[in-house]
Amino acid sequence: MTIKHDVVIVGAGLAGLRAALEVAGSIDTAVVSKVFPTRSHSGAAQGGIGAALGNEEPDSWEWHMYDTVKGGDYLSDQDAAEIMAKDAPRAVYELEHLGVPFNRTVEGKIAQRAFGGHTRDFGAAPIKRTCYAADRTGRVILDTLYGEAVRHGVTIYSELQMVDLIRDGKGVSGILVYNVATGEVHTIHARAIMIATGGFGKVFHTTSNCHANTGDGVYYAYRAGIPLQDMEFVQFHPTGIYGLGVLISEAARGEGGVLRNRDGHRFMEDYAPTIKDLAPRDMISRAIVTEIRNGRGIDGKDFVYLDLTHLGKENLEARLSDISSFVRVYLGLDAAYDLIPVAPTCHYMMGGIPTDLDGHVLDENHIPIPGLYAAGECACLSVHGANRLGCNSLIDLVIFGRRAGLAIARDLKELPWGEPGSESARRFGEKVAELKNRDKGERVADLRAAMQRLMSTYCSVYRNDRDLRRTLDDLRGLAERYRSAYVENTSSIFNYDLLETLEMESLLGLSEAMVACALERTESRGAHYREDYPERDDTNWLKHTLIQKRDHGYTLFYKPVTITRFEPKVRTY
Amino acid sequence: MELRFKIFRFDPAVDSQPYYQAYTVQAEPGERVLDCLNRIRWSQDGTLSYRQSCAHGVCGSSAMKINGRCALACQKLVKEVHGAEVLVEPLPTFPVLKDLVVDLTTFFQRVDEMRPYLIASDPPETERIQSPDERKRMGESIRCILCACCVGACPVSNENEKFLGPAPLVQAFRRIFDSRDTERIERLKQLDYPDGAWGCVNHFECTRVCPKEIPVTREINEIKRAIKKIAESPQS
Repeated sequence: MTIKHDVVIVGAGLAGLRAALEVAGSIDTAVVSKVFPTRSHSGAAQGGIGAALGNEEPDSWEWHMYDTVKGGDYLSDQDAAEIMAKDAPRAVYELEHLGVPFNRTVEGKIAQRAFGGHTRDFGAAPIKRTCYAADRTGRVILDTLYGEAVRHGVTIYSELQMVDLIRDGKGVSGILVYNVATGEVHTIHARAIMIATGGFGKVFHTTSNCHANTGDGVYYAYRAGIPLQDMEFVQFHPTGIYGLGVLISEAARGEGGVLRNRDGHRFMEDYAPTIKDLAPRDMISRAIVTEIRNGRGIDGKDFVYLDLTHLGKENLEARLSDISSFVRVYLGLDAAYDLIPVAPTCHYMMGGIPTDLDGHVLDENHIPIPGLYAAGECACLSVHGANRLGCNSLIDLVIFGRRAGLAIARDLKELPWGEPGSESARRFGEKVAELKNRDKGERVADLRAAMQRLMSTYCSVYRNDRDLRRTLDDLRGLAERYRSAYVENTSSIFNYDLLETLEMESLLGLSEAMVACALERTESRGAHYREDYPERDDTNWLKHTLIQKRDHGYTLFYKPVTITRFEPKVRTY
Repeated sequence: MELRFKIFRFDPAVDSQPYYQAYTVQAEPGERVLDCLNRIRWSQDGTLSYRQSCAHGVCGSSAMKINGRCALACQKLVKEVHGAEVLVEPLPTFPVLKDLVVDLTTFFQRVDEMRPYLIASDPPETERIQSPDERKRMGESIRCILCACCVGACPVSNENEKFLGPAPLVQAFRRIFDSRDTERIERLKQLDYPDGAWGCVNHFECTRVCPKEIPVTREINEIKRAIKKIAESPQS
């Protein structure tokens, strides 16, 4: 069956919904989501959304921009960082006007708190810039934008999984989707397609990401010949609950929490003397792993403690109640009295589908592909450079999601209806039949577990040439084994066995791209740290990586970073 | 430790009747019931269906009935459920689509009927002013993740399919007690009917099962009091 809409947006997180609100009403728009919209992973964002409102202390967008660029280890495109920092107050006021229940100052303004890497006066000291609704900021913004989608009558197709991006010449003509509830396959024929499918933390064993974060949109773009940018830059959040990876928000340190090693020492004093536990995430994750490697993990094991015991029960309840509950539910501990075991957890992808400032997806010549848009974690502007600062993700989503929506509305009259044809549906049907007809073969759960272990062991906080090469070989071995994967479940109804088998192709394709880019970049910058090349090398590597899929393998190439206001300097905190 | 699971199975394409299937799983005490379900699906039986996403009690996907009580499978730990047998069934009240997957269409329609968005006058240039105490009036309702555990557990919802149900009432509460919302009276009137707010007769099951610890029954009672108050006041 073919479904036709002028605009189709894939993903119902903050970027997708915010874009939809810009076009819904006047333009025939549909949002497609593999889960129900309020289950989207934007809802797991805890700590807050960054904007230089100056409600708690004087602030300026220039400081916010500077922090973003320095936090990104100077790989951020500064035109994008300037737009984000300047537009952030408007975007947060807009969310407040839509009803987001922000915490408040005594004067009734939006309350703000400190977060990693956000400073006043170009690095002088931490600043309160993060607007928040307790520690469920992403969830309440998601609920709010969902409510607005209801108000505006946006057409939402839930539990439809994107399984292909259909090209037509240089442009795009539609997407292929699989209906999770019925097993039907539909071609969605559209003039404008926006990818807003979020991250792909599920390539790693330990991650704060949800099961749905398998990077489908990013991979199908890559498979359709669109290059991916800066794939080596993966953020490991310093404070995942040990063993589980469940996130303990940076807000915990913003509110005064500190990290301690086996001696009870607040070790961040040694690594970032000025802002200590509020250093950017890449630095703190490296510091934790360094402490562990030097035998200073708790009881010599591979975790450290997050200490919130001095914050007080009332404060924890008002500002950090969700994480207090996670600690109680999953660890049986009381954050007011007990130390919390934490270790780095894969959290965020700085890389993704390259776009311009208005969400237009760029081809290998950096020219917009007509009709194709992307925003949010799946996209790479690149505003976050080599390392994203905390609370810069939510603001990125609503600002650049909106800009993509505005661009679609502007461009639409010039966009033709392409011809999606039936080739994509035919190929997909063949693949599914092959998977279901095979009565023995590789279990995808085993392949996935092997891939996740490889990535978490060798492509994590520390990397080196030997490990990356070996990982690349091993990933290719897994990809070969994937060719004989089989699906035990032949049902058409809610067949998660089949869905996860399809997702595995995405995960394997993306992990290979990440390792290939990481292997090539022989320097250390932001979240990409090479033990064999421990220094940042601006002479050779102040540039973005691009990787493009070929029939056999891939090619890597590079493009310059946009630098406007802040020349690269040594990055210390 | 070793756990024995008994899981509700139903595939409408094949089965004329639901049945229960037994599985044995090795699990650590600190693991989640969801981890056990995944272990079953990934290594024993790929035909089992259930929803999941965030796996830490934020998205609301994995609501089901575990040992007779509605809960999130990602928030129930093995050590809380281990015993002779762990009984896993779909959320009651809702039509079963497959195994542990239920049809939530009506649930979300009712949420949408609550007009789950702020209705307010034109905003100022910056934020609207709302005091910390006014913000607190919305209470725990902002924690709702629309998992539908409360509706599954509600004895009234179980018997009367017309009852609006606890979660939609929590959604209404969130806007009624938001000092910025100007539609308060209309929203209250919308709930003033036998299968609306008055359908609740204080069983407190919703409050007992809410995975986000929202005092659901108390919030519904506050709605009832507010309805009475506007009925008594002359200007309405």
